[in-house]
Amino acid sequence: MHDFTFHAPDSLSAVLDLLAEHDGDAKLLAGGTSLTTLLKQSLIAPDHIVSLHRVPGLDSIEVSNGELRIGGLTTQRDMERSSVVKEHAPLLAEAYRRVATVRIRNVATVGGGIAQADPAMDPPPSLLILGASVVATSTRGERVIPISEVYADYYETTLESDEIVTELRVPAQPSGAGWTYIKYLPRTEDDYATVSVAAIGSVEGGSIADIRVALGAVAPTAVRASVVEEALAGQAPTLDALREASQAVADIVDPTDDPRGSAWYKRDMSVVFTRRALEQVLGVS
Amino acid sequence: MTTTPVRQTVTVTVNGQEYTREVPTYRTLVDFIRYDLGLTGTKEACSVGVCGACTIELDGRIAASCITLAVRADGANITTIEGVADGDTLHPVQEAFINYGGFQCGACTPGQIMAAKALLEHNSSPSEAEIKEWMMGNLCRCTGYYQIIESIQAAAEAK
Repeated sequence: MHDFTFHAPDSLSAVLDLLAEHDGDAKLLAGGTSLTTLLKQSLIAPDHIVSLHRVPGLDSIEVSNGELRIGGLTTQRDMERSSVVKEHAPLLAEAYRRVATVRIRNVATVGGGIAQADPAMDPPPSLLILGASVVATSTRGERVIPISEVYADYYETTLESDEIVTELRVPAQPSGAGWTYIKYLPRTEDDYATVSVAAIGSVEGGSIADIRVALGAVAPTAVRASVVEEALAGQAPTLDALREASQAVADIVDPTDDPRGSAWYKRDMSVVFTRRALEQVLGVS
Repeated sequence: MTTTPVRQTVTVTVNGQEYTREVPTYRTLVDFIRYDLGLTGTKEACSVGVCGACTIELDGRIAASCITLAVRADGANITTIEGVADGDTLHPVQEAFINYGGFQCGACTPGQIMAAKALLEHNSSPSEAEIKEWMMGNLCRCTGYYQIIESIQAAAEAK
């Protein structure tokens, strides 16, 4: 493994100073489940690693003005188990519950997962349809970025190299609406999805009032299926309507061939699992 | 290009005993435990945090020591398989794995026992579905899964 200097600062301000000092040549380490793997495989070779394990705080889950405010160092296990998350955004608790194994979720953090930006991770589709945003902090100050503008490409974000994800903000899920997170796994339960779909939907007066859909693992970033949402808004929730609208995701996904499936298979399964997710959240069968 | 590895001091408490060692910053925790401390009960198999063989307890929660840096564990309280028995008295999970044949070649067994022990501390009477969900991160290449599930059920009943 590559040689590096390991820093373990005990305050956020010391973290920000180190990032500014070693701009572009320092990587943050939170739970380390992704970063250590990249280091071991020599896919990254920073001269400085700034560990966050001594930084106090940044791990609380609170509700403010109907919005969840989640510290960047909150573990994914705490997201899965939090009664506050289960109450205000059960979809999000379920998405984090499906990440890898308990051993990984015990240490992997919310902020670390966002910064890693692996498009096959479980939370991104749910974060997209819940309209989440990220607070990025540096010595230059704070900025709030919609999650849809954070994910840029495979493992790439619009976060600057001197910024740290200090908070995730998630508007409460509409109560009474249907919701689902489908993780399609042909191999083992702890694997990354071949295709994943998160959806929220409700029907009022016989027509579709609210419908939101996003997919994971089938493009360089998680993708919002706006084309499906626009086709269905205001329509009667019939099986034919859902089947026809789902076809449109074939054109917005851009999967790759890998051991979890060929590109054409993932494209076909994107359509199938989008339709199933729509059926579930709108109560159509 | 640095030729001399950057070394840093790591102090940890493992199974109640404090150890201090100076190690390269890139040392993984599983290598630190096995080679710097000589506690070879913890195994490394997949090296990417998937198989569960390297499972240890890190500050009260199970973690994959193969994808944890030793320097990241500085100051931590760790339990490894060597710390599970109380002297010559085996832990109920260890007893059950022996009595119910919860192991074959044994390579995954330290990790299985660390994970099973953590499950029972968190949920003293898990259902079979809960056992399967918790233990899915511990692979057994001998595929002795049913005996592992039976062992955990027996340990839960014995407690």
